[in-house]
Amino acid sequence: MSDRKGRASARDEGRRPGDGRAFLGMPAFPEAAREAVGDATLRATLRHATHTIRDKRARAVAELDDWAALREAGRRIKDETLRHLDTHLLRLEESVTAAGGTVHWAADAAEANRIVTGLVRATGETEVVKVKSMATQEIGLNEHLEAEGIAAYETDLAELIVQLGEDRPSHILVPAIHRNRGEIRDIFREKMGSWGRPAPEGLSDAPAELAEAARLHLREKFLRAKVGISGANFMVAETGTLVVVESEGNGRMCLTLPETLISVVGVEKVVPTWRDLEVFLQTLPRSSTAERMNPYTSMWTGTADGDGPGTFHLVLLDNGRTDALADEVGRQALRCIRCSACLNVCPVYERAGGHAYGSVYPGPIGAILTPQLRGTASEVDASLPYASSLCGACYEVCPVAIDIPEVLVHLRERVAEEGGKGHRLERAAIKASTWVLDHPGVLAAGERLASATRKALPRRLPGPGARQWTDHRDLPELPAEPFRDWWKKNRT
Amino acid sequence: MRVALFVTCVNDAVFPSTGVATVRLLERLGVTVDFPAAQSCCGQPQFNTGYRAETAPLVRRTVRAFEGYDHVVTPSGSCAAMVRHHYPPFGAEAGALAPRVHELTEFLVDVLGVTDVGAYFPHRVTYHPSCHGLRLLGLGERPRRLLEAVKGLELVELPGAEECCGFGGTFAVKNPDVSAAMGADKITNALSTGAEVLCGADNSCLLHVGGMLRRQEAPLRALHLAEILASTEEEPWR
Repeated sequence: MSDRKGRASARDEGRRPGDGRAFLGMPAFPEAAREAVGDATLRATLRHATHTIRDKRARAVAELDDWAALREAGRRIKDETLRHLDTHLLRLEESVTAAGGTVHWAADAAEANRIVTGLVRATGETEVVKVKSMATQEIGLNEHLEAEGIAAYETDLAELIVQLGEDRPSHILVPAIHRNRGEIRDIFREKMGSWGRPAPEGLSDAPAELAEAARLHLREKFLRAKVGISGANFMVAETGTLVVVESEGNGRMCLTLPETLISVVGVEKVVPTWRDLEVFLQTLPRSSTAERMNPYTSMWTGTADGDGPGTFHLVLLDNGRTDALADEVGRQALRCIRCSACLNVCPVYERAGGHAYGSVYPGPIGAILTPQLRGTASEVDASLPYASSLCGACYEVCPVAIDIPEVLVHLRERVAEEGGKGHRLERAAIKASTWVLDHPGVLAAGERLASATRKALPRRLPGPGARQWTDHRDLPELPAEPFRDWWKKNRT
Repeated sequence: MRVALFVTCVNDAVFPSTGVATVRLLERLGVTVDFPAAQSCCGQPQFNTGYRAETAPLVRRTVRAFEGYDHVVTPSGSCAAMVRHHYPPFGAEAGALAPRVHELTEFLVDVLGVTDVGAYFPHRVTYHPSCHGLRLLGLGERPRRLLEAVKGLELVELPGAEECCGFGGTFAVKNPDVSAAMGADKITNALSTGAEVLCGADNSCLLHVGGMLRRQEAPLRALHLAEILASTEEEPWR
């Protein structure tokens, strides 16, 4: 276990842990984004990556004549399923149990972590291999296991880069999107040795060489592991079948080689039937990796003698989801199939990067999901609904038609009502502006005053709002008279 | 046909020339325009910042101001989108106003059925389709068709045209660094076209991009579409 000690000390020095809990205490979005905006390398990396995936997605979607119908079908299936979520989950539990699996229910992250730790302990193992999973990141499972003396190895290439680099994921689909090839080579060279098989001598930044280094490093883990941990993209209630959609095949290694498989899945991932699944198996690959079909789609139903894991546990995770379900506007966020199309088209994500969102769910979907799952008590969570210009590009590409701008405005309303930092002052200012705008006489007098004193305005102004505006932009040259005065003189 | 101009608060106070241009253009096309003085702000800034209750008085005012008009024309895509998409939940009267409000290019192309408005503007122009016009109203090719019919005008394609300029109302002051970074990229793209004029159909976006252009003293000016369409050989616009 000497390698694990080495990692722990590196983590203490680095202070950039991948722990969901470590996001607490994050600065509000605007401050975190400022740092990213100033990082020219990061800006170039993100711009290149998001534009490449964005353009490919547009081509992949344009190939289908019935995209609009698929999108509508996906929206409807998710909404109908969520409306009767309890029924579908009970049916799922019945099917999974009948197929030889065991179902556990976890109300929150702590309960899910406790269940998984207990299940791993029961096997007597001290290491697990992991399939890329958002749910386990959301609950900070790796860190919890580590604290309990169990090593969790990420096996998705990008998650491996993040884990070795003592880093945090910055994208749902491409967690290491903020890293370029040179940085990945350096991480492999420096860190692989302390986690297992070291990187080959003289490793370059050629993609094929980096992939081979990861393959050799991970192969050792796959062949040794007795316990695999995964999430799932979908759970089919009628047969109790779980589905993982991936590109690399590393997920399938984890799903088939170990003796015990534990899957931690959010309750909203259930679909009633295979017919329903068919819709998402078309929309997910095209929306995420811009592929017609993803290379590996693994499906398993309970256990089978002599084929794959002999023990299967399913941990159904709530962790704020039923709270979101109770919100009539916000609940549409639960339709999300984690494709990341909204991240790749978002102009704010492109400039701010994923870390600024302070959550494993960054980008537009993160800005509406995180405040619903975690609440808006922390500074960063309360700032997320404002991390958008409401341009609507996210809604346009969403394969399940989540109206993200609508939910953002709805959550702004919630944050404003809670009256946290700065919002009481903001409400007063908004009330005052409404009063002036609702009294055209006062408004016109103000406009005339501004016009009369227009030459006296300095280039940069102090005060909240005005300073942020004039830091980057000149104020417009104010006109000699407002429009309403021109009209009065010329048309009445 | 009773037609009212909804000039918008930003245009009234900061860009009256856009209102004047809209009046001149519509009158040239034979439309009698009225300007109900009771109008003010549509409430979009309040609404989008999360203050629904504070939006309501402005919705009521706007609805009252435009009572009895067949068509309400506004030279702003985002204010038209506010009325069309967000007014209906404020009640039946507000909902009834929604379909009568037209963004300027919609009114010209759909209601009047014209794309050649007889304009003359001998300049190289690139067009930025503002997000709310583009995605909420679905203006599509309307602005481009109007610009293409302008005599003397050379329309050049704006790279990354459909990307947001970074204004976003209070977003510009709540997230100033990201907003400015988006604006800077928009300007880089606009300058790469070699255009003299960056044209848009929403002055709030042009307030932001234009302000950045002036700060950089860039050889490009932002101008509302209405002012280009108002310009003729006899009466060139400035």
